[in-house]
Amino acid sequence: MAAASDEGMSPHPATGHLPGTALAMVGIDKHFGEVLANASVDFSARWGEVHALLGENGAGKSTLMSILAGLYRPDNGQLLVDGQPVVLHSPKDAIKHGIGMVYQHYRLVPSQTVTENMLLGLPGAPLRLDTRRAARDIEELSERYQLRVDPYRPVWQLSVGEQQRVEILKALHRGARILILDEPTAVLTPQEADALMRTIRHIASEGRTVIFISHKLEEVRSVADRVTVLRAGRLVGSGLDMAEMSARDLARLMVGTDLPGRIRPRPRASGAPRLTLRRLCALDDRGLQALRSVDLTIHAGEIVGVAGVAGNGQRELAQVLTGMRKPASGQVFLDDIDVTGAGARQMALAGVAHIPEDRLGEGLVGNLPLLDSALMKSYYQPPISSGPFLNLKSAVQFTRGLIARFNVAGATPRTIARLLSGGQLQRFLLAREMSMQPRAIVAVHPTRGLDVAATHTVQEWLMSCSGEGCALLLISEDLDELLQLSDRVAVLYEGSIVAAVDREEADRERIGLMMIGSYQPDQVAV
Amino acid sequence: MAASSLLGGFDWRAPLGVGRSLLLAFATFALLLLLLGKNPLSAYAAIFSGALGSGYSIGEVLVKLIPFVLCALAATVPARVGLVNVGGEGQLYMGAWLASFAALNLTSLPAWLMIPVLIVTGFAGGAGWAGICGFLRVKAGLNETISSLLLNYVGTLVVDHFVHGPWKQQSAQGWPFTAPFVDAARLPTFLGSRVHLGIVLALGGVALTYFVLRWTRWGFEVRIVGGNPEAARRSGIPVGRYLLVAMAIGGGMAGLAGMCEVSAIQGRLRPGISNGYGYIGFLASWLANHNPLWTVATSALLAIIVVGGDVMQVNVNLPSASIDILTGLLLFFILGRSRKVVAA
Repeated sequence: MAAASDEGMSPHPATGHLPGTALAMVGIDKHFGEVLANASVDFSARWGEVHALLGENGAGKSTLMSILAGLYRPDNGQLLVDGQPVVLHSPKDAIKHGIGMVYQHYRLVPSQTVTENMLLGLPGAPLRLDTRRAARDIEELSERYQLRVDPYRPVWQLSVGEQQRVEILKALHRGARILILDEPTAVLTPQEADALMRTIRHIASEGRTVIFISHKLEEVRSVADRVTVLRAGRLVGSGLDMAEMSARDLARLMVGTDLPGRIRPRPRASGAPRLTLRRLCALDDRGLQALRSVDLTIHAGEIVGVAGVAGNGQRELAQVLTGMRKPASGQVFLDDIDVTGAGARQMALAGVAHIPEDRLGEGLVGNLPLLDSALMKSYYQPPISSGPFLNLKSAVQFTRGLIARFNVAGATPRTIARLLSGGQLQRFLLAREMSMQPRAIVAVHPTRGLDVAATHTVQEWLMSCSGEGCALLLISEDLDELLQLSDRVAVLYEGSIVAAVDREEADRERIGLMMIGSYQPDQVAV
Repeated sequence: MAASSLLGGFDWRAPLGVGRSLLLAFATFALLLLLLGKNPLSAYAAIFSGALGSGYSIGEVLVKLIPFVLCALAATVPARVGLVNVGGEGQLYMGAWLASFAALNLTSLPAWLMIPVLIVTGFAGGAGWAGICGFLRVKAGLNETISSLLLNYVGTLVVDHFVHGPWKQQSAQGWPFTAPFVDAARLPTFLGSRVHLGIVLALGGVALTYFVLRWTRWGFEVRIVGGNPEAARRSGIPVGRYLLVAMAIGGGMAGLAGMCEVSAIQGRLRPGISNGYGYIGFLASWLANHNPLWTVATSALLAIIVVGGDVMQVNVNLPSASIDILTGLLLFFILGRSRKVVAA
């Protein structure tokens, strides 16, 4: 398929340019503040190929491609299109060089029609928009690439899949010879995804280049000619021939092989079952199946980590267990009590504490004093309130207790919450949740965005909770953290628990395979 | 900042930011007066002496204070859960409308029964009207600022329809009036002035709102809903119900103002019972940083400006409605304050 096989391939003596090479990125560095997103990454793709870019969340894939699309400028490094060095100042420049990108979040104007969206910002748009001709062009394009969409419908009426088609058509209409798709199948139904794969092959067969960002191994294997793998912002596999790569090879490249040292020395606890999920199903906000018959038991004193690529049901799982989402079917037990479908307050009263993903957004009230955030989970009980009345004195006392317990320096009940640092806020939130004397804790990304010291404190606290007999469900994108803390690691893939493996038997390669949906039962002992 | 906290209570810092806006508004208005060749100092002196110079004028200030305070609460209560109710005017009219319906039909009730009925119907009329906005907001995500503003026009037109049509008094010779209310349906007045029972309702409403917000669980829940709805949902507070109820209570307060105007001042239902009271109340609430106690002070200030403004317009020889420029400037500078202060 690749144009590379056409004839003898020898690099151009002066530029090192191989015939058939569509683009090359050389030595790309990109920092965001202190965070290193790309470190001397090389990337090249040929005309007429589908090139997959693989990596975990935060591996730097989107950053690299946004540089190629002119959205970001690299700190260092060079870009060559068709062997010619180019400097892209804006996405417009990128389009001029035939580079078009379809982002994960579409950039369409909902109130305007498909045609109007296509014409938007088109270079040299005439004073009078010739929408009829444009609509004809769109119909032609959508016929050619099997991207069916009605040019006269307003965008807000379109499904997510249709909006994606509009974005792809938009890029093609602008003459994209290099098309970048950022996790295009994440929002699609399986049928839509299949159709998209056919379209991608068709586009490539015309000699264009398609760069396909994904972490779903199966679809990458089915559609791509070559693959480049990033891990933690660095290149770990460059332009590998897909036919020669096994799923195992790719998984190993993606997540690495070395296990982090375990910081939880204690042998696995064998308490009674504390939190039990039985054939639990739930829908996401769009009404699609987000959890598919999840079975999981967490014992008293046990930490079960949930690994998985974001968007595979983690959010919905945490919501169901904290009473924020009603399950579609299945059951949830806390000890022997059926708490299926209980609301947020009932769950909290039953003893499920919650460390939400977004502290200020979901757990605390940033614009009010700490006092108000402190009382959120207990204000309706004595001693804070008696009948309908609040007792200010005991409320202040309670808040002082929380502040002292987690040693939030300099804070008083009057301190406005958002003025504290992330680590202080997380400690305060932990103290609040602990004051409920929980029997189970659902922690979502509990150390995200924290510095080393705060991360350590939070991890220590989570371990001490489990030491006291709490069942802990730890949802994290940080595989190292999961492996350091968990007694067992369960992997969520497309809403199902692929496997729950004991920490002793877990290795990164297996978990990586499961995370990208390439797990075979005989490969991993459950 | 902490104006809406359990610890904040009666927050003395709140007026500081507001003071600057007030000063700017008065200064700008003074500049306009100078451009017109008028002496701003004598204009402001005319306002205050006109409003506070005699027992009668002080009574008139108190008469205006009643609808201003009630309409301020109409904006304050929803504001505490994060809603913007601009619909005080329409809610006032609908409260007046429903109370008039009771007053015109239950003519045989004695006063001790009639007045509670008027209070309930006045409240219900405004609450129902605002409840529409609350309901649409919760169920359909419709912005309550827009819907409440638009319903102002509908509310006044509903009253117009009834006073021009079905409820029009036959002997009124073409005037759009209902029949006068029976004596039992007139709120009692005090001290030989036009100050009426509504002052008790208004100040009682302020005290109750303040007490509930500061000292009860409901008040705490209101704070959390207003501060972070997502966090409120996660601690099990029924956020939608709070939005709906707060909107309805606010509307009910405006409805009481409308009831007071027809029952105590006009003695019948007719168009134009409110001279933009709903909007002035909105202004009073924002001036007070949505602190119920402060709304009494800001409403009083606005009542002085409105009552004294009439005197000023005559004394300094300005066109009528030029005092509206001053209230408009006040609103402009209040809303122009930094978002952060408002959010807190």
